[in-house]
Amino acid sequence: MRDKPLRLEGVSLSYGEVEVLSDLTLEIGAGEFVAIVGPSGCGKTTLLNLFSGFVKPSAGRVECDGQMRMVFQHDGLFPWLTVAENIRMGLRHLRQEAERARQLKEMLALIGLKGFGGHYPHQLSGGMRQRVELARALAGDTDILLLDEPFSALDYLTRLRLRRELALMLRERPRTVVLVTHDTEEAAQLADRVLVLSERPARVRCELNLDLERPRDATHPEVVGAVHRILTELGLEHDAESALVRM
Amino acid sequence: MREERLSPKMRLLPLAVLVAALALWAALSSFRLFPESLFPSPLSVARGFLEEVRSGRLLNDVVASLFRVTTGFVLAVALGTPLGLWLGHQAKARAAFLPAINFFRNLSPLAWIPFAILWFGIGDVPAIFLIFMASFFPVVIATMAAYASIPSVYFRVAENYGFRSRELLTQVTLPAIMPQVITALRVTAGLAWLVVVAAEMIAGRDGLGFAIWDARNGLRMDLLVVGMIVIGVIGVVIDRVLVQLTRIPSVRWGYER
Repeated sequence: MRDKPLRLEGVSLSYGEVEVLSDLTLEIGAGEFVAIVGPSGCGKTTLLNLFSGFVKPSAGRVECDGQMRMVFQHDGLFPWLTVAENIRMGLRHLRQEAERARQLKEMLALIGLKGFGGHYPHQLSGGMRQRVELARALAGDTDILLLDEPFSALDYLTRLRLRRELALMLRERPRTVVLVTHDTEEAAQLADRVLVLSERPARVRCELNLDLERPRDATHPEVVGAVHRILTELGLEHDAESALVRM
Repeated sequence: MREERLSPKMRLLPLAVLVAALALWAALSSFRLFPESLFPSPLSVARGFLEEVRSGRLLNDVVASLFRVTTGFVLAVALGTPLGLWLGHQAKARAAFLPAINFFRNLSPLAWIPFAILWFGIGDVPAIFLIFMASFFPVVIATMAAYASIPSVYFRVAENYGFRSRELLTQVTLPAIMPQVITALRVTAGLAWLVVVAAEMIAGRDGLGFAIWDARNGLRMDLLVVGMIVIGVIGVVIDRVLVQLTRIPSVRWGYER
């Protein structure tokens, strides 16, 4: 595998009159966890769709090396399959049934749903369903994980728990990850690098590197600092000190 | 569509209604408000029932009607489901055929009775034809609508996990439309059962519809009521049988969300 498995070179994309991306260049390294945040409608999901090949650029080049899987916001599980059968989708390429059965067991244990293999998705809570989605995407040996706001449909506490679990899962099964989110805290807790996008046409406004062991607490000073910086870049937070002066 | 779970006591309630209705019927006929020839008593209906069973005519009529309904309905499903899938998939074909299908769906199948007799004579074939005409178009429309409502995310997921085109059909499309199709089958089977009675009245020499017509011509109101009761009971049984399909674990999601 190359050291930069995901690359965009001078990529532009328009839907009719609307210019979504304009001359964007981006490289994502092997094993790197990159989070993309930005105002809604700025083309975050479009970036994932470019990587996955679902959308073709109007100009420029998209290069992707390796097997890729996408996790959607919700309802990506097949409701007619059980939890075990859904996870088995991720193991389809494995030749030996014994190996598939072993990995299935391992994944069920990893997401803490050992006794739930025979349940159907509609019998599970939202958080459990997203765990199964992650397990399905991480099962087998793919290289790249594309996450499209995977936790946004969950309540805050479940979100916190799942961020932690994702971090632990990635420790067991390292992947190159691109996470699209509007949740700045999620980005700061999980990513090695956070890209803050501007309004349409999206440019990278700023890049934040976080060299910090995962899982990270939401209240870790560096995480809080990163959230502050991201929000400031998005124009949603005003300098705390100047606010104090005014008082 | 959720099935209620009734407690044992609640299950007795319909039985109580049935007994009360029978009692009312018996009371009304014992006052002789109407002549027996217009308002048969429960007892004469029971006697008529036994007579029909002993002569073997009832069984013969039931078998004839069920055979026609089953054949017409199975043909309609076997041809209508693939056509519905195809129309759901091909926007051009849908634009071309949908108005015609809507036209035929809104045309009462009974309007075909004269042609059915002219083309196919009397017996099984005209009845099967009419049942087919009654069931085919609703099945097509329901399958098409079910296909159109499959969330596109399922196909993206399937692509992600390397499903090929045949697997897309058998492992994504069909299971995804199954709950809606089962509901449509229940509705359509009920429709087909309604139509068989009418078809046999005019284009039959046997069958439950013919039995009713025959009883009317012979002024045997007791046998007419026997026919009505049997038709109603079988209609309910057909629905109960089809409702079992909704208990299949892999389609439950369609009824519980």
